Amino acid sequence: MSAPPQAVRVQAGAFDPGAELSAFGCPAGAGAVASFVGHVRGDGPLEIEHFPGMAEEALGAAVRDATRRWGLLGCAVVHRHGPLAPGEPIVMVIAAAPHRRAAFEAAEWLMDCLKSRAPFWKREGGAWVEAREEDERALARWD
Amino acid sequence: MVLDVLWFAWLRERVGEGRERVETEAATVAALVEELRLRSPAHALALSDLRSVRAALDRRLVAMDAPLGQAREVAFFPPMTGG
Repeated sequence: MSAPPQAVRVQAGAFDPGAELSAFGCPAGAGAVASFVGHVRGDGPLEIEHFPGMAEEALGAAVRDATRRWGLLGCAVVHRHGPLAPGEPIVMVIAAAPHRRAAFEAAEWLMDCLKSRAPFWKREGGAWVEAREEDERALARWD
Repeated sequence: MVLDVLWFAWLRERVGEGRERVETEAATVAALVEELRLRSPAHALALSDLRSVRAALDRRLVAMDAPLGQAREVAFFPPMTGG
């Protein structure tokens, strides 16, 4: 059996969530595909710094962990860095599973995981966004 | 040994460099932090409160008491805020 399709991209350019979802499609055997898109909130521009190399590796590890834990049939993450305009997509996760619960849970866990474990830092209006304790707690609740 | 020390986000801004090469005999990340604090007042300020500093050895997140081992690169950065 071939390994489930897994894809991770970290990029400066914008992406189209609809096109990502279409390209992901529905892996063989999947009955559920869940996705989440995070957008830039508010009216000011956002800048995201990242650690090249480690960012891709951390997202890749999260995708592998989610695939193992929820038996995913496919999983993809796209995350942007650099300057972003209000309303633009920042991040997208997609998880495919035989049934919906696994797909929903995996997508939610991936978001909780990458918020606290992937090396990205947001700067809004010249000030670094502080990490929130509730993000750490959000990840811990899955233990 | 010689290590590449990488700084990100506000730690990079405080230190004034994104990367520097450091000669050290430190056994752990915490011991390296002690040495780095002595390099300049900017380093001391950046590393003044370790509760808001995370470390990665060769791109893997580690605790401050982790041994440096054969690591070639140590990165310091604030808690992550992606997503």
